[in-house]
Amino acid sequence: MGFKEKCFKKSLWVFHLSAGSCNNCDIEILDCLTPRYDIERFGMKLVGSVRHADVLLVTGIVTRKTFPRVKEVYDQAPKPVVVIAIGTCPCTGGIFKDSYNFAGPLDKVIPVDAYIPGCPPKPEAMLAGIMKLLNKK
Amino acid sequence: MGTEIFYFLIFPGLLFSGIVGGFLSWFDRKITARVQFRKGPPLLQPLYDFIKLLSKETLIPKNGSKLTFLAAPVMALFGAVISAVFILLPLFGIKTGFVGDLIVIIYLLNIPSLSYMIGALASGNPLAAVGASREMKLILSYEVPFLLVLISIIMKSDMSIKLSEIIAFQAANGAFIGSLSGIIGFIVALMCIQAKLGLVPFDMAEGEGEICDGITIELSGTTYALVNLAKYIMLLVLPALVVGLFFAGMNFEGINILWSILKVVLVVLLVTLVRNTNPRVRIDQAMRFFWIWMNLLAIISIVLAIFGL
Repeated sequence: MGFKEKCFKKSLWVFHLSAGSCNNCDIEILDCLTPRYDIERFGMKLVGSVRHADVLLVTGIVTRKTFPRVKEVYDQAPKPVVVIAIGTCPCTGGIFKDSYNFAGPLDKVIPVDAYIPGCPPKPEAMLAGIMKLLNKK
Repeated sequence: MGTEIFYFLIFPGLLFSGIVGGFLSWFDRKITARVQFRKGPPLLQPLYDFIKLLSKETLIPKNGSKLTFLAAPVMALFGAVISAVFILLPLFGIKTGFVGDLIVIIYLLNIPSLSYMIGALASGNPLAAVGASREMKLILSYEVPFLLVLISIIMKSDMSIKLSEIIAFQAANGAFIGSLSGIIGFIVALMCIQAKLGLVPFDMAEGEGEICDGITIELSGTTYALVNLAKYIMLLVLPALVVGLFFAGMNFEGINILWSILKVVLVVLLVTLVRNTNPRVRIDQAMRFFWIWMNLLAIISIVLAIFGL
């Protein structure tokens, strides 16, 4: 493992992309930032602009309306970028899989590195998922 | 020629001020974490951030002016490093031809903010333009009280505008923070460097909640790394200037080294505590704060300095 990769793993700046969620996963993501879980000790921080992002946290089903936008946001992020699907909706579609407005699970739209299912997943599950992904690579 | 390049690139220029500024930035984040009962980032976090940003892709906005957009972060870094050299040389007591003319320092300290603004306006992003206009208004607000504080300092030190002479005057007659006008001036200067560093409560130029990081929104990869490095350096330079103006500078003999370092860390600690105990204000509130209250305090400080208090 080179020094560059180590720096990348030690300083993940996450960008939060809601593709049409019910806001539940978004609130659980914000939970990760609270003093109780404190993701800053792993060097992660939430950034406001996708140009600074290393990780895209995508929540919610990809609807027909947000389908081109999700693609565009992925293109706007500087590579290398890690995409993580948070919640059951972007992983499989969940209860919305037969909906007229469902444009396919997230991995049909952009390449996904990790899936964290749950409705919503607990903050511990998100941290565990990201850590597993980092230790694998 | 060789020594000038050494001053600029190694000590006290790019390398030294970058490393110390990175450490102070870690200190700032760690104190913030401790205030919020968190654990906080590891010591090498600024280095990790910097290397990671350097190794990432640099995107150039389609609608922007390419050359200006790429040159602005380099200009910001140059401005920060040159002001670091010109402030830290008299502060460390290194004898060169330059003695720390305050007027030069005032101009040099504005270069980073101006470069951020130019880069933001060149990116062609509307949110960046909003951020740049806020930064411009903020510069207009904090420059006047900062100049008034410097006038009060100059009056207290027998009309000397040289940083090295101001430090020598304080070494002979006691630090300015010990007098009433010095305390009032220190409060105003602390607020001004808070706004110069762009920290909460004066971070409306990059309010991430409203305008998605504002002036830095389009910066990615290397350009953002350079802007971050310039910010680290400014986090060393401005507290060091305040230490020079109010706390009698630095002294590197024996145990005094520890005391000199503690003075800079104390100013950074105060900046961090102000940042952690205040919400972000609107730009009009910030302008009112600086133009009315801080100017008033600075003028009181000048009047007290005239009467020798």
